[in-house]
Amino acid sequence: MPDASTEMRTTTCYMCACRCGIRVHLRNGEVRYIEGNPDHPLNKGVICAKGGSGIMKQYSPARLTKPLRRKPGSERGANEFEEISWEETFDILEKRLSHLRATDPKKFALFTGRDQMQALTGLFARQFGTPNYAAHGGFCSVNMAAGMIYTIGGSFWEFGGPDLERAKVFYMIGTAEDHHSNPLKSALGDFKRNGGRFVAINPVRSGYAAIADEWIPIKPGTDGALILAIIREIIALGLYDRDFLARYTNSGQLVNQDEASNEFGMMLRNPEGDVVNPLRPHNFYWWDRLTNQPVPDHTKGADPTLYGSFSMPDGTPVKPAFQLLKERVADCTPEWAAEITGIDAATIKRIAHEMGITARDQKIELPIPWTDWWGEEHETVTGNPVAFHAMRGLAAHSNGFQTIRSLAILMSLLGTIDRPGGFRHKAPYPRAIPPNARPPKGPEGVQPNTPLGGAPLGWPETPDDLFVDAEGQPVRIDKAFSWEHPLSAHGLMHNVITNAWRGDPYPIDTLLLFMANMAWNSSMNTSQVRDMLVDKNADGGYKIPFIVVCDAFQSETTAFADLILPDTTYLERHDCMSMLDRPISEFDGPVDAVRIPVVSPKGECKPFQEVIIELAGRLKLPAFTTAEGARKFKGYPDFVINYETAPGSGIGFLAGWRGKEGDKAMRGEPNPNQWEMYEKNGCFFQYHLPPSSQYMRNWNKEYMEWAQQAGLRRDNDPIVIHIYSELLQGFRLAAEGKRAGKQPPDELRERISTHFDPLPFWSPQLEDADTDLKKFPLNALTQRPMAMYHSWDSQNAWLRQIHTYNHMYVNSRTAEEAGIADGGWMWAESKWGKVRCMCRYSEAVEPGTVWTWNAIGKASGAWNLTKDANESQQGFLLNHLISEELSPRANGKRHSNSDPITGQAAWYDVRVRIYPAEAGEPEQSYPQFPPMKPVPGMKQRKMGWQAWFAGRKETK
Amino acid sequence: MTQLALVIDLNVCVGCHACVTNCKQWNTSGAAGALTDFNPYEAEPNGTFFNRVQTFEVGTFPNTETVHFPKSCLHCEDPPCVPVCPTGASYKRKSDGIVLVDYDKCIGCKYCSWACPYGVREFDEQRRVMTKCTLCVDRIYDEKLPEAERKPSCVLACPPGARLFGDVHDPESVVSIAIRERAGYALMPEHATQPANHYLPRRKTGFTIRDDELYRADNPHKIDGAPFDRDLPPTNEELN
Repeated sequence: MPDASTEMRTTTCYMCACRCGIRVHLRNGEVRYIEGNPDHPLNKGVICAKGGSGIMKQYSPARLTKPLRRKPGSERGANEFEEISWEETFDILEKRLSHLRATDPKKFALFTGRDQMQALTGLFARQFGTPNYAAHGGFCSVNMAAGMIYTIGGSFWEFGGPDLERAKVFYMIGTAEDHHSNPLKSALGDFKRNGGRFVAINPVRSGYAAIADEWIPIKPGTDGALILAIIREIIALGLYDRDFLARYTNSGQLVNQDEASNEFGMMLRNPEGDVVNPLRPHNFYWWDRLTNQPVPDHTKGADPTLYGSFSMPDGTPVKPAFQLLKERVADCTPEWAAEITGIDAATIKRIAHEMGITARDQKIELPIPWTDWWGEEHETVTGNPVAFHAMRGLAAHSNGFQTIRSLAILMSLLGTIDRPGGFRHKAPYPRAIPPNARPPKGPEGVQPNTPLGGAPLGWPETPDDLFVDAEGQPVRIDKAFSWEHPLSAHGLMHNVITNAWRGDPYPIDTLLLFMANMAWNSSMNTSQVRDMLVDKNADGGYKIPFIVVCDAFQSETTAFADLILPDTTYLERHDCMSMLDRPISEFDGPVDAVRIPVVSPKGECKPFQEVIIELAGRLKLPAFTTAEGARKFKGYPDFVINYETAPGSGIGFLAGWRGKEGDKAMRGEPNPNQWEMYEKNGCFFQYHLPPSSQYMRNWNKEYMEWAQQAGLRRDNDPIVIHIYSELLQGFRLAAEGKRAGKQPPDELRERISTHFDPLPFWSPQLEDADTDLKKFPLNALTQRPMAMYHSWDSQNAWLRQIHTYNHMYVNSRTAEEAGIADGGWMWAESKWGKVRCMCRYSEAVEPGTVWTWNAIGKASGAWNLTKDANESQQGFLLNHLISEELSPRANGKRHSNSDPITGQAAWYDVRVRIYPAEAGEPEQSYPQFPPMKPVPGMKQRKMGWQAWFAGRKETK
Repeated sequence: MTQLALVIDLNVCVGCHACVTNCKQWNTSGAAGALTDFNPYEAEPNGTFFNRVQTFEVGTFPNTETVHFPKSCLHCEDPPCVPVCPTGASYKRKSDGIVLVDYDKCIGCKYCSWACPYGVREFDEQRRVMTKCTLCVDRIYDEKLPEAERKPSCVLACPPGARLFGDVHDPESVVSIAIRERAGYALMPEHATQPANHYLPRRKTGFTIRDDELYRADNPHKIDGAPFDRDLPPTNEELN
């Protein structure tokens, strides 16, 4: 097309959570192609299958284009809608929400799914005054975040990761393909080309594990046992990095061993020691092995004893934390773990030796002088080149928190934290253990017409930080930060609908869902959740009275809305990947990024950001309102430029080009031209720390002072690794009645006491305890394929050709024994439900596990696919087999099917049995639902042929 | 004489399909486009892709390899698809060895796809013409692009860098070096097609542990004592 007008704009991808820099080429205003931005620090020019299919998302027939209201007189779920104007939409919302805010703000619940702007949605919820806010972290990987942050002050993915550039061996445990995506693929390619050794420990060999040098199949949910056995072997052979443990972890700190004392299991505090930070006192003791006496920790010239049992001058019996770890793993022999994991003991020993010898004998010494927090100057930065990565494979189990804590401890034993070749932090982490945000402490934090008295999501440090009432009962609808799962830092979105439906702890009025497919793949127990969404009270009103769904596309969930808000696509809006939230930082310094509109919004689509700003203005939420009561921000771009975390703080949503002239980084006055400056730089801002600040950042004086000044941390006290967690012990003491302050309900005391173990331990998944494992012997897993982002891409004409429907992958021998044919129809049944699906024999899955791709199966007619599309007829959803709650307890109440510490959804705990479908059964997946029809404003789907050629304006 | 080709590194291909869709998006609106999709939103969607990834398993549990295998036209030096073409639509360029189809001459008889032993030709049912990988001939010579970007779309996209592009007749090219040094191989040599594209095989990095490496003289047990009632093993120093 020689006469076509062409144009190129940079922005940030949103085809998944990765957030690569992209260059969007337009021809006559249509998207010609989208390529990776070679100048972008995250993806350096590469782009994945999803990113390369953005065109088909932009022009998808599943796009919603008009605000819609459930047709008067129609039943919820019947998918009958009528168009209304935005003005009417805002009037409805303003009236309803201002009433709730003035009466009982917690009756409004805002839960967001694949939300990349939690800094804004969280601020809105907090300003509204509702505690009932969270994004999807609770059903994604909160165990990974919490397990690592409560141990080393940082975690995998956005906040840190494996330094594959310098690592020699790399262990990837469980499925982790989607976090990170492109950067990890690129790093793996370079790592292998450089001769690195890659070991995949996973029940399934697919994805990244395919290119591993060694695949070690493991039974799901047993990773904790494996890691503890490795820790034992490392300790047994003396392969730990003693210098690192002694100085940078709490291994040498003395723990009170007086069982009669209420301080049992807590670190001893030295009244004469330096408290450093009164909010988090650091006045610990070491037992100095050189003088054989207790001394303040980090006393110059002292060296802590790691093993042994001592008496303090006052007679208090104490042990160093590392002694307690040693005692804990004493029985965790490789033979013990072999029974549990299915990995033979010799292999367990071998990989432990591999890790230990590599860490010890292939040390990296970078000639970078730095000074630690205690003032000791170091001539070099040392690295032990053993790297790990894990995400949901470890996280999505009810024992995931302790498993991940075990992993973080193993990484610490090997001396790999924030060092070259090991694990490296990314800003804003490392942060204090735990970070400083706290939820409100009780129901008094929720008041009419008042912002919430704390952060909706945060990091409890002690039982007194829990968000419970005087009886110890939850204040949040999802029961986050209650005794049922105290450290639920990301909330429990997976229980919101069930709890609201049951009115436990209370009924709500309005549920606003953003970008979350809660009537399908984002819910456990999908069939019953769909019933709850339409269930009514005796008076004929819905149990959840008003449901608002904001999404760019028609999904299974939009059918259950009373009001649909049509969102824009990522190519049509302003957005930011904020340092206040989840930025895209690199190991060597903070990076944040923006999206800018590169095409105009379709129809009446409005970015959810603008909806939030508009509503906040109408509701006169304080942060969005001037002192005179007028609306403060013209819209989202204006908000991003001018909002400051506190008046004059100089910290806002974007860290780059601050200051009136745009010449300040991290902190500075608002800059009216900030968006333009981001755009000019390819829509990202990158800050390079000096080499002396790039490593050892838990204890690096120069970095810590800078981070405090830059507002990344409130304090600058050292972040000593918690090999032993006295924070967990605090909760255990409360459960044992040995701690003043908030007390758990009696029925939860044993649960708390068991799981809040200050030392890592492995226990079977909770669901195993009340499942007949003879009847349901197999584990069932899902994982996300690299070419699809959850439910989002079946509407995408190109991507759906890669994954049109899903099979159940079964080890060939297991399938044969069950009498199921390769390609044949089969049933998978748990004690909660059953699905009919097609079987695919596989030699790449361990015999006790069956698995499938997540969210390929769709409800008939959803996403504007025809009702006979393969996704709904052959594709299936495993979620029907997974319960959001465990079996009822003696008192009839049910716990969430989650980690008892963090509330992480235990997707991967489900147990199933499999058997062939009988002859004569329909060759169709089960369950089926009545087909959905398109709603007003959706364009006609193209039938037959489609030939996309940008610029001809034919296919639209 | 130049022979452009792809070299695909099976040692690092993770099967992400980046090459598949990025090929499609470049080419559908390019010189070879549009790449049509049949039933894009219905049952049995089936469209044109110049490049596809097949995944298969080799071996039996637990000694299983999962192989991701990207496949596109191999731009054979002696392409069997060319002589069978009755109209001369299927041709090999002398200048750079790229095998192309002239849509204006193609009558859609499919002889070429029957002749191709690799199954990499894609018949466009709507236009009734044969289509195939062009090595992005409409971008690799585009002087408006920076030199680093004058590569096929699949190569630029590939996150693990599993795709190399260059002249296999130039012994110093990145592709020739890779083939030479890393045992690059051609598919089905028995057909004597001399594919220009090559594949690099998997290679394994192992780890050897020798008993005398387990303990070092500076073992921290010397400071801390040995746990679990283990006797401190003799160090090399002591053994000597």
